[in-house]
Amino acid sequence: MSDIVNTDIKLGVNKFFVDEEGAHIKLKDDADRAEVKKLIAACPAGLYKIDDEDNLQFDYAGCLECGTCRILCGDTALESWEYPQGTFGVEYRFG
Amino acid sequence: MTGGRLYAHSLERIIPGFAEEAPVERCVVHEKISFMNEGSCTTMDHTNVASEDPAERSYTVLRSKFDPWLAEKAEDEGANYIPGIRVDDLIMRDGKVCGVVAGEDELEADVVVLADGVNSLLGQKAGLVNKLSPHHCAVGVKEIIKLSRQQINDRFGCTDKEGAAWLLAGSPSDNQMGGGFLYTNEESISLGLVFGLHNISSVTKSIPQMLEDFKHHPMIAPLIEGGELLEYSAHVVPEGGRAMVPKMVADGVLIAGDAAGLCLNVGYTVRGMDLAIASGEAAAQAVIKAKEAGNFNSDSLSAYTKLLQDSFVMKDLDLYSNTPEFLDNSRMYNEYPDMVNSMMHDLFTVKGQSTPVRKSFLGHLRKAGIMNLLKDGWKGVRAI
Ligand SMILES: Cc1cc2nc3c(=O)[nH]c(=O)nc-3n(C[C@H](O)[C@H](O)[C@H](O)COP(=O)(O)OP(=O)(O)OC[C@H]3O[C@@H](n4cnc5c(N)ncnc54)[C@H](O)[C@@H]3O)c2cc1C
Ligand code: SF4
Repeated sequence: MSDIVNTDIKLGVNKFFVDEEGAHIKLKDDADRAEVKKLIAACPAGLYKIDDEDNLQFDYAGCLECGTCRILCGDTALESWEYPQGTFGVEYRFG
Repeated sequence: MTGGRLYAHSLERIIPGFAEEAPVERCVVHEKISFMNEGSCTTMDHTNVASEDPAERSYTVLRSKFDPWLAEKAEDEGANYIPGIRVDDLIMRDGKVCGVVAGEDELEADVVVLADGVNSLLGQKAGLVNKLSPHHCAVGVKEIIKLSRQQINDRFGCTDKEGAAWLLAGSPSDNQMGGGFLYTNEESISLGLVFGLHNISSVTKSIPQMLEDFKHHPMIAPLIEGGELLEYSAHVVPEGGRAMVPKMVADGVLIAGDAAGLCLNVGYTVRGMDLAIASGEAAAQAVIKAKEAGNFNSDSLSAYTKLLQDSFVMKDLDLYSNTPEFLDNSRMYNEYPDMVNSMMHDLFTVKGQSTPVRKSFLGHLRKAGIMNLLKDGWKGVRAI
């Protein structure tokens, strides 16, 4: 077994152009907790988190644009999912 | 993004000898398939010299190097490549697709070929693609890890231009449907795993944690030791096979590649790029025909469906239509990796007790269930 993964370190290696003005993924306010659990387990970037006050935290910066959250919880937890506007988002330099 | 292995045949048809010029990484000559559990790993290892026929070869690729080369080839033939633009919508008139909208700009067209990948929002807008089900999708996560050419050659038994492709079932995907993969590039390796999304509620750890643990497996760790992480990426893979292929044409529009679910996971290999290329070729042929006839409605464009039907794309999807169901069997990722590894362990362990190997083997077979083995074996043979 290895240590607890730190996705922030991994994301730090990537090149992102964050659209500070507009979130390309929006969460529902009252997202169902069972659904959110799926997102916490599945999001490869580890962007869905529950904080100490039991609030759901989500930060679209660092999104790998994989589509997993959209497919798992597009109706139940997400308000909207789209790709970032052109020139924004992750730039894969190896792919 | 992709996992890393391009089967050459479809591009070879369009650009013969492409690999001599294209930025491919290594030609795959080593094939490995493993059953892995937490502490052990049993591998089938096959080596074959590179085929004389370039269409029979496969190469590891890094898409950020390969795609621009391909785009340039298309531009040489008169195509216009406009990167960095998000297409927001389709122009629709009387139910016919007449072009695309990107921000303030509109681009009119006789026909639009949608190749926007598995998350095809545009395919949904065109009414071609249905909502994707987790049952038909896996997520893939991948690290590109820098190693020197010599380190790769030494660790994988390769020469400079030749490399390995490796798939691993069992613990990489938390003993659920999916598996690990490793491809050798020129001076890096692509290491990752895929995980079938319908099992997400029964995981014991998160997907990024699965990748981390996979990297720390005693068999993998020494292979990547001293390597530097260059990139971390992820993408959904359409794995539903034949069952998820949507309607392929409508008035003024065609859909190709992952957007149309044209991807195949048959367990021992994952293929999507060769199908995407072939479907792009078929779409181009259908559009040329439609242009000659001056008619871009769905009847005219259905030549595309016919071309795909007659090509390996639909034939292979039909051929492997039972594989997704066959692979969706937890025994393949749990009991069987344990069984194989226990058997190998017993075979190679000498501890001063005179137990016949066949007896311990039988015990392991019984544990996995002999009926299950027979049933799954039979299903497996029929699925491929
Ligand atoms: C982890 C993993 C491992 C894989 N391993 C292999 C393998 O080893 N071999 C293999 O052959 N296949 C493999 N595949 C499958 C393969 O990567 C895909 O089948 C292939 O990339 C599909 O090509 P595509 O062009 O249809 O879609 P994509 O490669 O997904 O390209 C779609 C493009 O459209 C863009 N796009 C989407 N929407 C818009 C919009 N609105 N406006 C503008 N642009 C848009 C996207 O950004 C993307 O660049 C793997 C996939 C994954 C995720
Ligand atoms: S698209 Fe992928 S990386 Fe981005 S938030 Fe959703 S699951 Fe996470």
